[in-house]
Amino acid sequence: MEHIRTPKVEQVKLLDRFSNKSVTGTLHLTATHLIFVESNSTSAQEIWILHHHIASVEKLSLTTSGCPLLIQCRNFRLVHFVIPRERDCHDIYSSLLRLLRPVSYDELYAFSYNPKQNDQQREEGWQLIDLAAEFERMGVPCDQWQLTDVNREYKRFPPNICIGLVKSVVPHLLCFSNVLQGGGHLYLFVSCLQAAVCRCSQPLSGFSARCLEDEHMLQAISKANHNSRYIYVMDTRPKLNALANRAAGKGYENEDNYSNIRFQFVGIENIHVMRGSLQKLLEGVGTRSLSMTDYLVGLENSGWLRHIKAIMDAAIFLAKAVTVEGASVLVHCSDGWDRTAQVCALGSLLMDPYYRTIKGFMVLIEKDWISFGHKFADRCDQLDPDPKEVSPIFTQFLECVWQLTEQFPQAFEFSEWFLIQIHEHVHSCQFGNFLGNSQRQREDLQLKERTYSLWAHLLSENQNYLNPLFSPSFAESHPVLEPSTQAYHFKFWRNMYNQYDRSMHPRQSILKHVLTLQESNRELEGTVQALKTKLQKFGVNTSPLKPQTPPREEDAPASTGGERTVEGSSATENSYGELMGSFGSKNEPGVVTLEFGVARMTC
Amino acid sequence: MEFAELIKTPRVDGVVLRRPFMPTVEGTLCLTGHHLILSSRQDNTEELWLLHANIDSTEKRFVGSLGTIIVKCKDLRVIQLDIPGMEECLNIASSIEALSTLDSVSLMYPFFYRPLFEVIEDGWQSFVPEESFKDLESMTDEWRLSEVNKDFSVCPSYPSLLTVPRDIDDESLCKAASFRHGGRFPVLSYYHKKNGMVIMRAAQPLTGTNGRRCKEDEKLINATLCAGKRGYIIDTRTIAVAQQAKARGGGFEQEANYPQWRRIHKAIERSNVLQDSLIKLVEACNDQSHSMDRWLSKLEASNWQSNVKEILTTACLAAQCIDREGASVLVHGTEGTDSTLQVTSLAQIILDPACRTIRGFEVLIEREWLQAGHPFQQRCAQSAYSNGKLRSEAPVFLLFLDCVWQILRQFPCSFQFNENLLIMLFEHAYASQFGTFLGNCVAERGKLQLSQKTVSLWSWVNRPQELERFLNPLYEPNNLVIWPSVAPQSLLLWEGVFLRWNRSTKCLDEAYQEMVHIIEYNKELQNKVNSLRRQLAQLETEDKMVADLK
Repeated sequence: MEHIRTPKVEQVKLLDRFSNKSVTGTLHLTATHLIFVESNSTSAQEIWILHHHIASVEKLSLTTSGCPLLIQCRNFRLVHFVIPRERDCHDIYSSLLRLLRPVSYDELYAFSYNPKQNDQQREEGWQLIDLAAEFERMGVPCDQWQLTDVNREYKRFPPNICIGLVKSVVPHLLCFSNVLQGGGHLYLFVSCLQAAVCRCSQPLSGFSARCLEDEHMLQAISKANHNSRYIYVMDTRPKLNALANRAAGKGYENEDNYSNIRFQFVGIENIHVMRGSLQKLLEGVGTRSLSMTDYLVGLENSGWLRHIKAIMDAAIFLAKAVTVEGASVLVHCSDGWDRTAQVCALGSLLMDPYYRTIKGFMVLIEKDWISFGHKFADRCDQLDPDPKEVSPIFTQFLECVWQLTEQFPQAFEFSEWFLIQIHEHVHSCQFGNFLGNSQRQREDLQLKERTYSLWAHLLSENQNYLNPLFSPSFAESHPVLEPSTQAYHFKFWRNMYNQYDRSMHPRQSILKHVLTLQESNRELEGTVQALKTKLQKFGVNTSPLKPQTPPREEDAPASTGGERTVEGSSATENSYGELMGSFGSKNEPGVVTLEFGVARMTC
Repeated sequence: MEFAELIKTPRVDGVVLRRPFMPTVEGTLCLTGHHLILSSRQDNTEELWLLHANIDSTEKRFVGSLGTIIVKCKDLRVIQLDIPGMEECLNIASSIEALSTLDSVSLMYPFFYRPLFEVIEDGWQSFVPEESFKDLESMTDEWRLSEVNKDFSVCPSYPSLLTVPRDIDDESLCKAASFRHGGRFPVLSYYHKKNGMVIMRAAQPLTGTNGRRCKEDEKLINATLCAGKRGYIIDTRTIAVAQQAKARGGGFEQEANYPQWRRIHKAIERSNVLQDSLIKLVEACNDQSHSMDRWLSKLEASNWQSNVKEILTTACLAAQCIDREGASVLVHGTEGTDSTLQVTSLAQIILDPACRTIRGFEVLIEREWLQAGHPFQQRCAQSAYSNGKLRSEAPVFLLFLDCVWQILRQFPCSFQFNENLLIMLFEHAYASQFGTFLGNCVAERGKLQLSQKTVSLWSWVNRPQELERFLNPLYEPNNLVIWPSVAPQSLLLWEGVFLRWNRSTKCLDEAYQEMVHIIEYNKELQNKVNSLRRQLAQLETEDKMVADLK
């Protein structure tokens, strides 16, 4: 609190990003949030911005109406305030600068957030997602694979854990192997074909170095799979990057040294390219009065969708190798926690319907991202790190999943709001799950004792994230998803990158509408049951119900007077509510109003 | 002329049909006067019946004696026929070529088509101008129905009955007509019940380089303004294009002569540019290279989405003038038969809930496109695969449908019809067994005696069996004005048309079915609850009566 000099400023204007509209209200600064409350009593919208969500604050030069403050958030919200007095603006600005750069983990919201649960509830929340159970589900340990605690103290490979190992590999061999693999980590996935997906970091091969233990290791993985004589090694980097790494004593596997490997580059760009790409994308879609040409050119120049497609292509390659050829695959990039995580996680999602359920998706993130050491703290800029370490790697993974939901509307138990909500909380630092850079760090921080789990929170409100069209039988008929990778199937994810620009969204949402209907169906089923029980008290057997149903003519008035009104109005209110929201007497569609304004000026 | 002369080889066996995302079919190819038919002559296999009129262009190539004809259709589908025998292949190719480019309208299929269904409601009689005028009369007495164009001499592209301001006599109308391109003087297009504002449409005024004026024209459009009110003239062309039109005798309304009107210029492209845009877009959609950069750059270069955005924006502007500003609007471009109609009809969809029902939408198409004289036959003679010299082809109507689809996407619960209706209209505008879209204007349709000699599309669409396919299960009547977003992020590529043949829709179709199922189940449950409640109430009263008796 000592950083807050001015906790409240009145008469602050909030400008709309894409039109000339503005609303006036009061700005509150608290220890965790920046809050804007509109003064208009009827609509009185409130905007709550978590300090951790703020990526940058900018004070623009003074204008006649006041001092503009531009705030960009990591969840793609962009707010533009105009504060009447410059001193207030400066106070807010400098407070925010301090607040959005926490210096120690203890300052993060997760350590002060309390959803009014007791210790037991918190503990239960953390136990909801259990990786040991997940390995059991995958059938590990088995005759070919065992679990190892070689990394028990995080000594060998400091940041990460190591779970699965081929039985025939003796531990001391592993030590050498991992020296060569650059502090790497191995992991497995066992499909019904006994093919495994393993991951690691790049080998420290340089131009000529060899490591016999590493070669044996790969051979052991290969031999553990009886269905295929060879194993794929996927280097997810572009070949040029891998070559450049050789000069630094790293590089990629030499096919001559490893027996029966098939080596493949898949060409996903590095974190710096991805960071720049998102930056360009956001600049493009954040422009006012954006023309279609500028939009499409911006989309192309950002390269964003090209990168998304590259990740998808790699995951499809992985899934095909395992499911069609029955081969094991070893995936790596440079460090093994960015591109490798994307490809392994997405590949698993394509192959195993379990990961397409709400709980399964949590397990997948817990396994492939959290436990294998994706550096969330660095990549998501949690704790004033090196800006060069920030990169939207996880966001890209979420987007790939969204692209799949577009092609397979019935395959996923969750809707896009689930993905967006996870994205929100990866950056919010409100829950402990994504804090820190590795499992070891998380244990050091005692997150399970001091913070709450996001998964428990999401599961408690999972009805908001359900996909009403999800069909479990779809998983049976499509155990493996085979998405098309034609360029036109990849779309711009408006609901993510323009999620706060409500004027761009469809004014009526099919998703919401069908969800409401489905909920109403459940209620009605209950009502039918209750009525049947009551009728039974009168000794009426309800099975021959249909013949007793009176003709339609009599039916009509009763239905409009009774249940139907209730049902009908809830659905209508829903869609009308949205309409009213965007078309209340003073609100006009932003873009059109703007066009009109321009048109008037020219004539 | 006999079709038989054009068909040298009417039948070939062992032809293989290849289509993307569908199994290949081997069978017998037959050519008739109007159809290309391929049948495997086995039960349960799909037959291909393709109207020659649907064929946009063909290509042939040979590998040894196996010939291949690639048939590109106006509905954007591309199919491949492998025909054994070089001579047969050449004959078939030349027959298809000849039969798909017949010049004479009276040889078209609609004149030969006999419906297999009973026509219960004749679509030719469904939409009578007098009746829609009756509706108008009930709201206002400011307008009258004029018969000045009875014999189509004042304006050949207008229908015989026109709604004009009551105070303007026929003689003034004739004078105003002589001042407008093609005689298309300002007429009523839409009356906004809420505030009495109107949309009128016309063609450009013939001011020429020396600034001609016409008192009758000025009086005509001023008659639509209430005292002290101002109106907007929306010229769908840029000011530069409008200036250039002066040199060819056209032009625009000068402020000095129309002081009560504000003129706004927009930039909807002319027809030949639009045709080029369509060709490029379809080429991009058929590119199989899988390269993201290439796709995005081709999509951008086609300018199709820009055209959609511009048309929609102009329509929103017109609607905004009416509903928000409370001002009447006159819309025109050059001829007043293309961009003008896009704008006036889309504005009505935004403003008028009736246009969002199936019947209302049919009436809108009949009134604002067919009767208003959009030259369907010229514009839809060729589609995206046209490689010959183009005359006046342009996807003006397709762009309109695309814009309607965009609004439908943004307001999925506000339309009684679904995407299928729009796709069906696109298909039938380009090739059809029905006569509705033949001819270029009412006068031509009269001469062709379409209403006697052909079946109307509406006779078929409005049959309950067909109608089902076009109903939107999410529909809940919505009486509000619906304002679509025209931000580029909100406008999508219309996959249902442009990627229709390039993707498998199985997963999407099944998801749609699931949605329909949820909605229908809801209705069923509600009915069940109601009947159970009634039954219970009845039993309770009986019970009470018994108790009372005791």
